[in-house]
Amino acid sequence: MLAPEQLADATGSGALAAAPSPRLRFSPGAVLVPALSVAAALALWELISRTNTISQHDLPSMSTSFSALWSLLQTSAFWGALLRTIRGWALGLAIATALAVPCGILLGSFELVGRAFRIPIEFLRPIPSAVLIPVLFLTLGTNLKSEVFLATFGAFWPLLVQTMYGVRDVDPIALDTARSFGLGPLERLWRVTLPSAVPYIATGVRISSTVSLILAFTAELFMGIPGLGQKVNVVSSFGQTDLVFAYAIAVGFLGLAIHLAFSALERRALRWHPSQRLGTT
Amino acid sequence: VSRRRALGLGLEILVPVLILLAWQLWTVHADSFKFPRLSTILVEFRHEYIFAKLSSDVLPSLERIFAGFAIATIAGVAIGIALGMSRFLRRLAIPHIEYWRAMPPPALLPISIILLHSIQNRQKIAFIAFFCIFPVLLNTMDGVRGIDPTMLDTARSFRIPRHQRVLRIVLPSALPQIIAGMRNSLALAVIMMVLSEYWSSSSGVGYQLLISKNTFQFGPMWAAIVLIGVLGYLLNVLFVLFERHVLAWHRGWRAATPQ
Repeated sequence: MLAPEQLADATGSGALAAAPSPRLRFSPGAVLVPALSVAAALALWELISRTNTISQHDLPSMSTSFSALWSLLQTSAFWGALLRTIRGWALGLAIATALAVPCGILLGSFELVGRAFRIPIEFLRPIPSAVLIPVLFLTLGTNLKSEVFLATFGAFWPLLVQTMYGVRDVDPIALDTARSFGLGPLERLWRVTLPSAVPYIATGVRISSTVSLILAFTAELFMGIPGLGQKVNVVSSFGQTDLVFAYAIAVGFLGLAIHLAFSALERRALRWHPSQRLGTT
Repeated sequence: VSRRRALGLGLEILVPVLILLAWQLWTVHADSFKFPRLSTILVEFRHEYIFAKLSSDVLPSLERIFAGFAIATIAGVAIGIALGMSRFLRRLAIPHIEYWRAMPPPALLPISIILLHSIQNRQKIAFIAFFCIFPVLLNTMDGVRGIDPTMLDTARSFRIPRHQRVLRIVLPSALPQIIAGMRNSLALAVIMMVLSEYWSSSSGVGYQLLISKNTFQFGPMWAAIVLIGVLGYLLNVLFVLFERHVLAWHRGWRAATPQ
């Protein structure tokens, strides 16, 4: 498996999302210590299970779980489910972005619009999206539409709020300067507001990418929509514990891959931003 | 300016009222059993949750939220401080933190039941606590790493012992970020409560949501949705009040220091 190497590699270059990493120089400790730590944890898992500290029936050993995952990887059913989950996630995130960014710009640019929708947003945002599952059962049914709706709904809010804050945080002097140079409202939006809101939007996209995956998976798990979630539901109701663990490991790696990819994207978007220029202040 | 402010306030109140009104009018017009009238939902809400199911379902859910949140906060702050202060520990822990916080929580629902042999409080609280640790932990760690090193060096040169340094410098300096992490965790706790109860349970508001859906009682189902929404909103409001109280010194200090 690619587990420990991948993890060590990822964390060695400072994978913690927003934290700027001034130490980009290669140091052996930055790779060895995390790698050993992962190896030790996997060995501990094996030990706990093999010695029946936790019964092997409840906690399949590390080797059993990974070999179950390995044989899953040989099946087309697994890859089909993975692709369906990725499809639900991607559609949810894309639609949420297409909706949330314009709405956020609107709410952030006009104070009155922002105030008008403050209470509905404050109220809707903390609502756990999972409460919509029964409603989706009744309306859209157990299909991709429900999955995408749920993922979109969940991913919409963090992105909306981030965009709104980003637009509000634009330097007023820059806006006034642009105005005095005779830039129209659309041009100001394009040349001043959007570029300076990009770091906020990038952070919003990173948060939403995770939320979208969680909700796509949740929809599959709870509603039986085809995908990794449905697989977990099936193997757990058949009591195939080793497969439950194998799928969980796979879902974890999918989550990790998305998280790392979007953290990298966020760092790219933030590169010019003062918060990233460590050491110049 | 004052007219503009009055207009803003008016809109702030008017728009939510209009939305609720539109909901009511639409449900009256649609006349669908799946979408009961808003007024029916509210009657159902009063009937079901104001006292009738308060102790059987609402309190158990709140208990799980608070217990999970409390465990997550204590563990998250403790681990976060340790990781923030030691690069070695950080290197040991970060692969694990990165993996588990990227894990979609529902993937661990079946595993939590298998490992804990429970669908009662034990499993619910453990599940909530596990995933609520991460916002607190990561924020605490960032907060600790952001402390002005001069302050710590000064304390060290005054031979202030380590536990005093943690209590008097590290913890207060990181507090604003710890609180920010706690707020995210609290919102997460509500979500985890709903997920874990909706997956399998014998009590709680998530359980009521599941049962009413499975028995096609749409009034109670919508009432449960409204209840969970109100719960999430109120917990957030309460936390903001708590935050203002705890961080009053911080805001005062920020206001007094020129940026």
